[in-house]
Amino acid sequence: MAIVYVDNKPYRMNPDENLLHGCLSQGFKLPYFCWHPALGSVGACRQCAVKQFKDEHDEHGKIVMSCLTPAKEGTRISIADPEVAAFRAGIIEGLMLNHPHDCPVCDEGGECHLQDMTVMAGHDYRRYEFEKRTFRNQNLGPLVNHEMNRCIQCYRCVRYYREYAGGNDLNAFASRDTVFFGRHEDGVLENEFSGNLVEICPTGVFTDKTLKHHYARKWDQQFAPSVCVHCGLGCNTDAGERYGSLRRIVNRYNHEVNGYFLCDRGRFGYEFVNSERRFRHPVLKGQPTSVASARHYLSEKVASGKVIGIGSPRASLESNFALRTLVGADQFYTGIGDAEARLVRQMIEILRRGPMPTPTLREIEECDAVFIMGEDLTNVAPRMALAVRQSVRQQPMEVAKKLNIPLWMDYGVRDAMQGAKGPLYIATPYATRLDDVATATFHAAPDDLARLGFAVAHALDSRAPAADNFPLAGEIARALKAAKKPLVISGTSWASEAVIQAAANVAMAVQAALSFTAPECNTVGATLIGGSPLSAAFQAVQNGRADTVIILENDLYRRAPAVEVDSFLKAAAHAIVLDHLANATTEKAELILPAGTFAESDGTFVSSEGRAQRFFQVFVPQNDVLESWRWLKPDHWQNLDDLLAAMYAALPELAEVRYAAPSAAFRIAGAKIPRSPHRESGRTSALVNINISEPKPPEDLDSPLSFSMEGTPDQPPAALIPFFWSPSWNSIQAVNTYQKEIGGPLRGGDAGVRILKPAAANGQSYFNAIPSPFQPREGEWLLLPIYHIFGSDELSCSAPGIAELVAKPHVAVNSGDFTENAEVEVSYAGGTFRLPVRIRPDLPRGVAGLSVGAPPLVGIALPAWGTIARPK
Amino acid sequence: MTATIEKPLTRNMPPDGTPLDLRSYEQAGGYQAIRKVLSGGMTPKGVTDEVKDANLRGRGGAGFQTGLKWSFVPLGKDVPNPTYLVVNADEMEPGTFKDRLLMERDPHQLIEGTIVAGFAIEADIAYIFLRGEYTLSAERLSRAIAEAYEGHYLGKNILGSGYSLELYLHLSGGRYMCGEETGLLNALEGKRANPRSKPPFPPVVGLFGKPTVVNNVETLCCVPHIINHGAAWFRGLGRTKDAGTKLFGASGKVKRPGLWELPMGTTVREILEEYAGGMRDGVKFRGLLPGGASTDFIVEEDLDTPMDFSAMEKVGSRMGTGTMIVLDDKTCPVGMTWNLTQFFAQESCGFCTPCWSGLGWAERILKSMEDGRGQPGDLDKLAFQAKMWNPGNTFCALAPGAAEPLQSALKHFHDDFERHISEHRCPWR
Amino acid sequence: MLTAEEINEIEAEAAHYPKRDALCIDALKIVQRHRGWVSDESLRDIAEHLGMSATDVDSVATFYNLIFRKPVGRHVIMVCDSVSCWIMGYERMRTHLRERLGIDHGETTPDNRFTLLPIVCLGCCDHAPAMMVDSDLHSDLDPQKIDTELERYK
Repeated sequence: MAIVYVDNKPYRMNPDENLLHGCLSQGFKLPYFCWHPALGSVGACRQCAVKQFKDEHDEHGKIVMSCLTPAKEGTRISIADPEVAAFRAGIIEGLMLNHPHDCPVCDEGGECHLQDMTVMAGHDYRRYEFEKRTFRNQNLGPLVNHEMNRCIQCYRCVRYYREYAGGNDLNAFASRDTVFFGRHEDGVLENEFSGNLVEICPTGVFTDKTLKHHYARKWDQQFAPSVCVHCGLGCNTDAGERYGSLRRIVNRYNHEVNGYFLCDRGRFGYEFVNSERRFRHPVLKGQPTSVASARHYLSEKVASGKVIGIGSPRASLESNFALRTLVGADQFYTGIGDAEARLVRQMIEILRRGPMPTPTLREIEECDAVFIMGEDLTNVAPRMALAVRQSVRQQPMEVAKKLNIPLWMDYGVRDAMQGAKGPLYIATPYATRLDDVATATFHAAPDDLARLGFAVAHALDSRAPAADNFPLAGEIARALKAAKKPLVISGTSWASEAVIQAAANVAMAVQAALSFTAPECNTVGATLIGGSPLSAAFQAVQNGRADTVIILENDLYRRAPAVEVDSFLKAAAHAIVLDHLANATTEKAELILPAGTFAESDGTFVSSEGRAQRFFQVFVPQNDVLESWRWLKPDHWQNLDDLLAAMYAALPELAEVRYAAPSAAFRIAGAKIPRSPHRESGRTSALVNINISEPKPPEDLDSPLSFSMEGTPDQPPAALIPFFWSPSWNSIQAVNTYQKEIGGPLRGGDAGVRILKPAAANGQSYFNAIPSPFQPREGEWLLLPIYHIFGSDELSCSAPGIAELVAKPHVAVNSGDFTENAEVEVSYAGGTFRLPVRIRPDLPRGVAGLSVGAPPLVGIALPAWGTIARPK
Repeated sequence: MTATIEKPLTRNMPPDGTPLDLRSYEQAGGYQAIRKVLSGGMTPKGVTDEVKDANLRGRGGAGFQTGLKWSFVPLGKDVPNPTYLVVNADEMEPGTFKDRLLMERDPHQLIEGTIVAGFAIEADIAYIFLRGEYTLSAERLSRAIAEAYEGHYLGKNILGSGYSLELYLHLSGGRYMCGEETGLLNALEGKRANPRSKPPFPPVVGLFGKPTVVNNVETLCCVPHIINHGAAWFRGLGRTKDAGTKLFGASGKVKRPGLWELPMGTTVREILEEYAGGMRDGVKFRGLLPGGASTDFIVEEDLDTPMDFSAMEKVGSRMGTGTMIVLDDKTCPVGMTWNLTQFFAQESCGFCTPCWSGLGWAERILKSMEDGRGQPGDLDKLAFQAKMWNPGNTFCALAPGAAEPLQSALKHFHDDFERHISEHRCPWR
Repeated sequence: MLTAEEINEIEAEAAHYPKRDALCIDALKIVQRHRGWVSDESLRDIAEHLGMSATDVDSVATFYNLIFRKPVGRHVIMVCDSVSCWIMGYERMRTHLRERLGIDHGETTPDNRFTLLPIVCLGCCDHAPAMMVDSDLHSDLDPQKIDTELERYK
């Protein structure tokens, strides 16, 4: 650490960083706009000015921008110097010249970085008397709102969108004081991470459009720390509600997982919680019924003894465990389709076997050679795609380092790097949204993807089994071998064991890090809980060994072919389903129990990297909705901790989950942690229309959080942070005050505990089941799934904004035999679909893609051979 | 012969305004410097040393030591290539018209200077970045470049020396910021002409990330003569510490607006009265901007100041481009200040706050004063803005340049500003 | 669609740069020279040819004074409004043009013959006031000279 003198007092600062970073890390109130810990310094806004002195005798000093000045040993600056303080106030004045008087009607108000910095800089009087420039706003789609009059030209939006996220349909237009940030024309922002603009923008230019439909101020919302349910990566979120409806999702900083950013599916998918299709009351034989009679019915059926339970990869560990306990371990079945379940088990086994480490998402950014084998990251594990996009900067950054350009000097580094990219090889059946930063891509059927992988492994280590000579294999092998932190990524998307095993071989051969993606928020957790295969559940009922099935948060029509599920549910005398939204399975249920979503429950998910993370209830629903484990638990479990204790005893593999979050008994100086900011208004009058007496706030037996604004003012541990706020920092920039060093881990460590640990043992044997080369078949097509960030995830499709963006179900082919949009019949063993055609030249010959996720393209066992024909 | 060469830059220009073609340029002694440099008699470092010794300072307005700038470029086999030399021919400083003369009348002089400079920094590629409005210069430079290639002064293996240099002419899309060194680089890369922060400096990370030097047209035109006649000769041409000759000019209501090649250090008065003929009949002198829009007003008592880099600073101004803009007593100083401020406000690239917000505000204040709507307190606001634009406070030198005429006008013509406010009108209209 | 001629001219510049997107400004100027201005469609054509997004090309186009993103008349008059021309009578020239042609800055005559625009210093300060019409520089202006010169442009 270097010693830097600030107003003549010494402070420790990181000499690899700049003065702004150092001052903020020390808690100084130094205002800034254009700098961002993830984006580095450019020196545009001039807000962070300080005065620098040559030595103790220099009385005059010179105004410099702290973001562009290294925190070298012995540097002397003043923040309080009157001239530079007047300059900083003058900058705010300059920004305010054209800024509209929008605060009362602006969504950003109350969490606005511009408001905070205006107060911090001390500017409070308008001297400007002329007209303000105005703009016509653009319709950027259903997710992000555009209000350009508020712009302060800090350039953060385009730097983030273009340079960090790789988008190319947002840029700066015109110049001087009329710069416009937008698109060439109105239209949906194309980048899958556009939603981060609402947090990146320091004013109200880019705001959450979905929040507008049910707006509440930040200070008026009740929050809880949560975990995203829309893919397997486990990004941390804070969810805010008011009056019993979920209002929005914001990023909850986790240094190791999501950092500062979410994907659009995670940020905007939440509205399914407010859907009209939610079950609010138990439904028995099609009629609403009371909780008591529903419970009675349930216990009756369980007592009768021929009950099985089917768990779910989107339900929490706790709910899965409660069901398992209720029906007994031998009667508990995994709710994952057989093929996928096998793959996930294999993935977990490989990760546990080691010795290849599984990197966190942040560590992925630091890898300097990446080989993606058989996974469409942007659509299946989006936040990982964003991390890989940063990783390709690693190798070229050596140029900047050699030229002594500090890495935070963003444009200097980029000018030195000239867009050069480090090695990234992507092997998938179709072109992905990461291909633009790939060194080379390889589009082929899954078996050939696997063969490429085996060839790479063999090129790295001749003891690994070989596959045919792929010219690309040598190049990939060389890149991985030369790297300091090579990484292999794979996943379940094309249901190929060979692909996963080939990926493992490659990682083993070069001791690379290995990441596997898992499709759903608790795929890994549900797999660790265990359970017999789903097909065995079907058999058990069909053989008469069971007549009652309890299905936990799972639409079986997404897990198995419709024909099989139909027959299963028909054979079951009694189907009891716990879920949030009506779906094809609940249609067939005898009893529906309204299950709490993530926002109405406490629970734990285990992400694809094996990180167990707790999500907390945001609000208590005003109806019969109850977290699933509370419907299913035995009476003697009073609260979550009781359940967890039982789970640790029954499943010692999950014992470390106890470190995911403090128990319900945790207090800070005797006080609970408030879910609401202390300025929350209206709590006592919210229900006045029902009962004029002030209601007692609901009690929370499951966590150290309170349903109140009363509680400790201190910063809670990372797992328990419901919202980020500090005195003077109302906006999301308050995260700065929770980090030891800006941009680094949260104080006290980041949330979550990694429970999958690789064994240290070496001498693993290579997988050697190498598939034969893919042979296209005359007159047939190999049908494969095509994934979409909007559309392939069940729950987010019920969010209206996302629903607008879901592609219509279609079949994609690379063939001149069909015309774009023509209707065709796709037939395979399991049925026939009528679908429009999309021509995709990136697909290999003989392979067709089905856009899975929305009915009717769910539950299909793919890959499968099929025909595509014009309808008769 | 050397002793009598007093106007190296302009002496060969045909008086009828036609340009020197390759033949006439060679006949007048052109491309001898190239031959001297490439014959094996000089090394790149040797050329740089000669130019350093000659005390050649940049004539684009900043006055940086040219030889010193060249010496920052790494030489040798291991340098990332290509190395670039960029000619800044984006003359857009209001009141400035000297580079246009050089390019239209003696394009080969510029080309020869470019090649010598290229050799000194081991450049592989050179660009002339020409403002798009200079259509005649574009035509004549194009032709001259083609002639130079035919004459083997450009391209591979120039005159059999082993040194190769490609020279491309690029026409700008039109923006004052393209004349700023790093803004120019961004424009040449096909981007918006925002400037870059330094460090890193162009000799380290320049055009397309490679080592680059940007030099002004007039600066490069001096180079062949320094090589031909030596550093001492060049130093001797100047009357003061600063070396060489300079194209000085005058515009405004003087009898003979024009451009003259004179020794560095010629006084303001001499240029104004002897060469420009003094003020026209019917108007009196009030002040002038010595070197283009972004210099400070000087007044009668400063007229005996030598026009060079250091003397001008002592009277609170700058030599800048050396072309003066004269204010007469029948022209409103507030209006002139408004026009200047409006230029800067309009040309702001929009990157840094004090410039894009402050210049627009100052322009509106000045306009309202001109329209008779000035308020008490306006002068304080203007003075505050001018201070906001101090060098270092902004991202580049555009706003600090705008501060110079504004704060010097407020100083020298304070009463005129006051009258606009107290009389609610422009007394000159 | 870019014409073959436009493409040839653009590609002739391509050899001057190590990167394709460096051609952006050259391409815009070339297309504008052929078509008079750069429409949305022209801009999209340029973007496609260069392998850039329309947004990125438009971001560059709207920055530069000499790229016209609105239609212009057959001839573009650019009157210098910088300080030396201003001192020497720019405002009188502007008034005269307004009276003569019936248009002010940013406007086009109804017969589409002239568009009038301001321009910054043309480097002609010793022969001020000055203006450009298309690629031609006209200096030492007064109302009569303006009228005479404009006659040449049909």
